[in-house]
Amino acid sequence: MMKEIRIHGRGGQGSVTMASILAISFFDDGNYCQAFPSFGSERTGAPVQAFARFSDKPIRTRHQIYEPDYIIVQDITLLKSVPVYKGIKGNGKILINSEASVKDAIGELGGIEEENVVMFPALKIALKILNKPIVNTTLLGAFSALSGDVTIDSVKKEIENRFGSKLGKLNAEAAQTAYNYIKGDRSGF
Amino acid sequence: MKQVLEGSMAIAGGVKMAEPHVISAYPITPQTHIVEHLSQMVADGDLKAEFIMVESEHSAASVVLGASACGVRTYTATAAQGLLYMEEVVYNIAGMRLPVVITIANRAISAPINIWNDMQDAMAIRDTGAIMLVAENNQEAYDMHIQAFKIAENRDVMLPVIVNVDGFVLTHTFEVVETIDSIEKVREYLPPLNMEYKLDVENPYSFGTIAEPSVYTEARYNLYNAMNFSRNVIIDAAKEFDDMFGRFYGGLTDSYKMDDAQTVIVAMGSVLGTVKDVVDELREAGKKIGVLKVRSFRPFPEEEIVAALKNAKNVIVIEKAICPGKGGILSVEIRDSLFKHKINSVSVNGYTLGLGGRDITPGNIHGLVERAEKEENVDGEFIGLSQQYL
Repeated sequence: MMKEIRIHGRGGQGSVTMASILAISFFDDGNYCQAFPSFGSERTGAPVQAFARFSDKPIRTRHQIYEPDYIIVQDITLLKSVPVYKGIKGNGKILINSEASVKDAIGELGGIEEENVVMFPALKIALKILNKPIVNTTLLGAFSALSGDVTIDSVKKEIENRFGSKLGKLNAEAAQTAYNYIKGDRSGF
Repeated sequence: MKQVLEGSMAIAGGVKMAEPHVISAYPITPQTHIVEHLSQMVADGDLKAEFIMVESEHSAASVVLGASACGVRTYTATAAQGLLYMEEVVYNIAGMRLPVVITIANRAISAPINIWNDMQDAMAIRDTGAIMLVAENNQEAYDMHIQAFKIAENRDVMLPVIVNVDGFVLTHTFEVVETIDSIEKVREYLPPLNMEYKLDVENPYSFGTIAEPSVYTEARYNLYNAMNFSRNVIIDAAKEFDDMFGRFYGGLTDSYKMDDAQTVIVAMGSVLGTVKDVVDELREAGKKIGVLKVRSFRPFPEEEIVAALKNAKNVIVIEKAICPGKGGILSVEIRDSLFKHKINSVSVNGYTLGLGGRDITPGNIHGLVERAEKEENVDGEFIGLSQQYL
C-alpha cells in the first residue's frame, strides 16, 4: 500500500532535504520511495512544499500530493497564509513544529479532529542540540515515532549520510531526542 | 546496485558509465544538477574526461562538436533557452554526422519566464536531424543514456542523440534506480568509439565545408536516410540492453494494456507513470483502455503507431507543447500516419496540458477519457484554463 507525506516549510528550512532523507530511509526499510519538490519561486522565507511517497510496490505516479496520509509543518506561521491541512485523509495526522497547544491552532486547521494534530516543540529541541533554528531533522525523528512507518535507525543513518560525521551525529541526536519525546521519554529534552 | 538517486544523479551516472572523453556545458535550470554531478566526478577523478567550462550554450555545443569531430566520445546537456541558443550548432552537429549525446531537461520556453517542465523546447529542435528519445522514469533515463551513445555511434547512423527527461519531474525527483556495477559489461555493450572519418593531421579531412547546390541535397538525403535507418538501431540497442542488463522499455514505442483497447492514451515522458496508474483503475472498472508510449519522437515510429492504434476508437494524445496557428504536434503526426495508411475510423484527440510545470493529475486524465468519448479529432485544445487570467 502506498502512503503519501506532504511537507510545508519556508525556503531555507530544508523541506526538500527532509523529503529526500525520508525517501531514502523508507528505502532502507525495504520500501520503494519517491521524493520531489514543488519548486515555487525559490526565495528564502517563501512558502514551499516537498513531497514523499513510499510503497511496497514500484511507484509510477508523479502528480503532486493532494490527499496526504501525513502532513508535516515546519513553521506554524504558515497556517495564517497556507491551507496546509488541505486534502488530508480521514485519519491523517498533521505534525506541527510549535510549543503552542492543539487548541491554539485547531481553528486554523480546517476542521481536523484534535486527536489527529500533534504539536511538537521541534525548535526547542533543535536549539538545544544543534544550536540552530533548523528543525527538519528533529521533525524527521518525531515523524518516525508518530507514524511508525519508518524506523528511527534508518532516519538517523540517512541523516548522518547526508550531513557527514560531525554535523550528521548532532542531527541524528536531535532526531533521536524527538523520537523519544513523542514516545514519552523526555530525558534528553 | 539498487539505490535512491535524484534524477540528475542517475543521468550523470549513466553518462559516466559511457565514459565520454569530453564534456562541455553551461548551467541552466533544471539541467544544472546533471552537469554539476559530472563536473564533480571529473574533479574527483572518478571519470577520466575533460570538463570544459564555457560562457554559453552555443560554445558548449561548439566544443563538443569540435571534440567529436576529432573522434572522441562527447556529451552536453541543456534546457529551454539554452537549447534554443544551441540550436544552430545542433544542426551543424547533425549535418557533420557527429555522434554527440545531449540531454535536454525539458522546460518551458520564455516569455513569460518559466523554469518548469513542458516539452516546447524539444519541439523547437525537432527538425535538426538529431535523434530524439524520451525517458519515462529515472531508471530509463539512466539506461537510455548508455543506449544513446550506442545508437549515435552506429556506423550507419552517425547522428547526435538527444535524451529528453522532464525537468524537475524527473531531474529533481529521488527514486529507486538500479545502477550497473560492471563497467566491463558496459564496455562490451558500448565498445570504444572508432570513427571512420575524423579530424586527423595524418589523414586530413574537412568537416562542414561548403556544399554547393550540386551536392547539398545529397548530403541532406544521406542524413535523412540515416535517421530512417536508425529505427532498427534504436530497437536493437534496446533489445541488446535487455539481453545484457535485463531491462527493457520498448523500442520506438511501448504498449501497456493495449489488448482489445478501444480507448488509447498516447504520451511521452514522465506523465506516463500517472497515466498508467489511471488506466489500471479504469481497467479494473471494466473499461477497454490502454497506453501507447512514444519512446522515440525522431525518428517518428509511424509503423508502430499505426499497428497499435488501427483498431482503437478513441485516441487521447497528451500534448505538452503547442504549435500556435495549428494546434497539437504529436497528435497531428499520429493523424497523418493513420491517414497515410487509409485508416479513418480512429478519432485522434490532442489535448494541451502540463505547460510550464502545471501538474497533470489523475483527475485530468479521467477528464480526458470522458471528453474523448464525446469528441472527434480535437486539435490541441487547452485543458484546465483559469478564466480569471484570460
